[in-house]
Amino acid sequence: MPFETLVAGCLAYVVLMFGVAFAADRAAARGRVRWLDHPLIYTLSLSVYCSAWTFYGAVGYASRSGLEFVTIYLGPTIVFTAAWWGLRRLVRVARMHHVTSIADLISARFGKSNPLAALVTLIAVIAATPYIALQLQSVRLSFEVFATESPTGAAMNGATGGTGLWVAAGLALFTILFGTRNLAADERHHGVVTAIALEALVKLLAFLALGVFVVWGLADGPADMMSRIARAGRDPAVADGWVLRPDRWTALIVVSAAAILTLPRMFQVMVVEAADEERLHVAGWAFPAYLFAMSLFVLPIAVMGRELLPAGSNPDLYVLTLPAAAGQNMLAFLVFLGGFSAATSMVVVCAIALATMISNHWIVPGWLALRRRPAREDTEDLRGFVLNARRLAILAVVAAGWVYHEASGGAAALAAMGLVAFTGMAQVLPAMLGGLLWRGANRRGAYAGVGVGFALWLGLIFMPSVGIGHPPVLPSGVDPLAFSIFSSLTVNTLAFIGVSIFGFPDPVERLQGLSFVSAVEPIRYSRTTRGEDRAEPLLAMTRRVWGADSALRYFQAEAAAQGKTGYLPDLTPNFLTRLERRLAGSIGAATAHAMIDRVAGGVALTVSDLLQVADEAHRAKEEAQRLENATNELARTATQLREANDKLTALSVQKDAFLSQISHELRTPMTSVRAFSEILMTPDLSEEERARFAGIIHDEAARLTRLLDDLLDLSVLESGRAQLNVSASNLHDLISRALQAASATRSERVFTVDRDMPSEHVAVITDADRLLQVLINVISNSRKYCDSSRPVLKIRVRQPAAGGAAIDIIDNGSGIDGSRQKLIFEKFARLNDPARAGGAGLGLAICREIMAALGGEIDYLPGQDGAAFRITVPRRPPSGAVPTQEDAVP
Amino acid sequence: MPERPLFLERASFRRRRLGDAARILPVVAAIAALAPVWWIPRQLSFAAGAGWLFGLWAVLILAIWALHRALLRAEAATLRAESAVAESLAPPAAAAPARPDQGDDDHAL
Repeated sequence: MPFETLVAGCLAYVVLMFGVAFAADRAAARGRVRWLDHPLIYTLSLSVYCSAWTFYGAVGYASRSGLEFVTIYLGPTIVFTAAWWGLRRLVRVARMHHVTSIADLISARFGKSNPLAALVTLIAVIAATPYIALQLQSVRLSFEVFATESPTGAAMNGATGGTGLWVAAGLALFTILFGTRNLAADERHHGVVTAIALEALVKLLAFLALGVFVVWGLADGPADMMSRIARAGRDPAVADGWVLRPDRWTALIVVSAAAILTLPRMFQVMVVEAADEERLHVAGWAFPAYLFAMSLFVLPIAVMGRELLPAGSNPDLYVLTLPAAAGQNMLAFLVFLGGFSAATSMVVVCAIALATMISNHWIVPGWLALRRRPAREDTEDLRGFVLNARRLAILAVVAAGWVYHEASGGAAALAAMGLVAFTGMAQVLPAMLGGLLWRGANRRGAYAGVGVGFALWLGLIFMPSVGIGHPPVLPSGVDPLAFSIFSSLTVNTLAFIGVSIFGFPDPVERLQGLSFVSAVEPIRYSRTTRGEDRAEPLLAMTRRVWGADSALRYFQAEAAAQGKTGYLPDLTPNFLTRLERRLAGSIGAATAHAMIDRVAGGVALTVSDLLQVADEAHRAKEEAQRLENATNELARTATQLREANDKLTALSVQKDAFLSQISHELRTPMTSVRAFSEILMTPDLSEEERARFAGIIHDEAARLTRLLDDLLDLSVLESGRAQLNVSASNLHDLISRALQAASATRSERVFTVDRDMPSEHVAVITDADRLLQVLINVISNSRKYCDSSRPVLKIRVRQPAAGGAAIDIIDNGSGIDGSRQKLIFEKFARLNDPARAGGAGLGLAICREIMAALGGEIDYLPGQDGAAFRITVPRRPPSGAVPTQEDAVP
Repeated sequence: MPERPLFLERASFRRRRLGDAARILPVVAAIAALAPVWWIPRQLSFAAGAGWLFGLWAVLILAIWALHRALLRAEAATLRAESAVAESLAPPAAAAPARPDQGDDDHAL
């Protein structure tokens, strides 16, 4: 294929990429992000992991070291088996804090410390520069393969010496155009991501096409391929290099697993460009599948290249030279495009990630520190400055890669250069994982771990790789790379843990630690506000970062959320925390924190505040408990109220019944009185008749008086105003007097009274008259209602253990039905008895009230072969009762 | 306040157990990838090794795929169960007013 055609095709491809990126950016600007946000685009963008190192280098690696190349892809696969709980959580936490890069993540976790971020940025830049050089070199080499028209690649000349520069310039232009279009609140670049997703497809298709050509075109299918691999393994020149070494195997898997998490470009596409963690549901298996597909044909290509191409060919270029040697020009061009895609996508994403880190953690903080002018607001456009800083940083990063490439002369093997970058960034892993999993991790620990790891990496891996110093001298059998990886990571981790254990983080750091480890929203903290109203300066500052429109829109939305009109929300801790996080999405957590500090006042946070904050959950729980108690209390009160209401309703009914009853009771004697007085008025009445009618009137009037007396008595007793005339009395005397008095009732009946005289001699202190009234009432009732033909009245006195006395009065009548036993003590609860005479049905009600006043009680005793009442008298009346004797005492 | 229940509904229980499987998978994967090489490195260095390696790899990919599928279904089932319970207990709550912070990226400049 003529070189000019190649260049033209390549340029067309570049134009296509620019077009795709431009179209995607435009679509995103119009809000059509649905297909841009598709999980497959995300998965494909992750394939930026497969740089030119994979595309060209994997075959070279495989031809030198056999299956060991797989470690680089197996590590990420193992990491992605933890996609569900590990990566999703990482993405969620990072999105929550609007993290812009791996350095920003670590700085935000460890108390928004910018120096720590600057250190991580330093490692990233040092590690990435050779890696970018590697990409430029691979593009240059691939051009040379075509330029020299020599499929061996051995007769390369300097004809394409300028390629590296051209490629670097083009990539810088692309990155600046699509990587720094805006200063988004969260660093997403739809154009770039879509372009690299397309490049990922080209990469995959090219490699698969080549693989299919090699296995089915050059070899005779998979079985033949396997036998060729086995044959290669028997070649002693090959076998030595191919035998797997467990220490290297383990070390490389560990390093590549770390790299997928910590490489700036991987963090950029996996975490920063992810809209949410949902896309990992697909990427979790699709990305390992992509790696699988990219690795599947590596060993066949390496084996075929070794078999078919002349000895001395560069194994790193087998993927190009194999199809070229076989005369497959179109396939070679496709492979070339694949390699070109791999290299360019890596450089673009890496440059964006590094430029963000450099501008956020080196340039902007440095510039702000230089321009610090107390008591005067800066008016310049920070947004423009940050964007320019990024553009400058992109140029610097790509230029550094190019300079490194020129200086190193492109001699080093591709694989070695890739591993240098991997091991460098792996030094960040302990701090990153520790920060996400261990609340005890602190900033000093992170400094110690990252610092020691960085130093060891420089001394053991980086310096030897650029020809300064030597790899460590080790006893034979110990692999220098595996030793360097294990020792640096172990010392790094131990330093990190050790120093963390003895440190005590400041409150901001502890809050961040809680938020990162528990994956909860950052806790709001108040600031000591400077001056009266800082909302306006804050708006001015935000405007400088986001531009006027966006800042105003954000502030207006916040003000509206607070229920205010206009553009100036109250500086609540809530608002300031949200604003800080969004600003962090543009300029990094540390800088955003510092800037808000300058305008809105520093964080007013002490350890005791922190304890209070930590106590918040506990207090919320207590509050809930209190509420629950209050609810229960309310429920109880409601029940009580309902009961009281029922009682009141019942009482009201009772009162109505009482009134109608009493009217009836009063009316009956009144009717008789009126009727007989009318009769008395008639002139022709005999003296005898007159006397009889007058007698009736007299009896009825007496009955009326009794009724009224009873009612008065009851009302006095019920109101608790009864006056007790307390004195010591003997029950025997009282009972005798009661029997005497009651014998007047239905005196025609002869009662046998059964008494136990000796037991009756019990002395009680009580109101004798009142107690007598009760006894008379009960005995009279027996006389009235006992329906036995030979009535017997049994009276027994017992002395309960509690003191006092219990008087049982039992007759041998038919007693009272169970259903009525409850009613007898109610007012007017006269049993429907024809034998009643003169009673108003208040007797037992009065008895009950009297006994209550005396501190005793009167009960009906069921099951006694007749009506039985028990009158319980206490030894002395209750202290609340007011004895009349004491009334007399002044 | 609702305490953490001692026993879970069937759907939640299944989701938890699948979550346990997701936690153990990386450990299994790491052991499967590392142990054989420490054990018999020489036998695994050539064609047989390639067969073992790519077979293991394919199994891992399938395992992740199946696990994610099952977890997504279990989550959906749990959500359905929860919303069914919530609906039977209370009238649908009014949509919470969106906070400005939750809006999509409207600050791209």
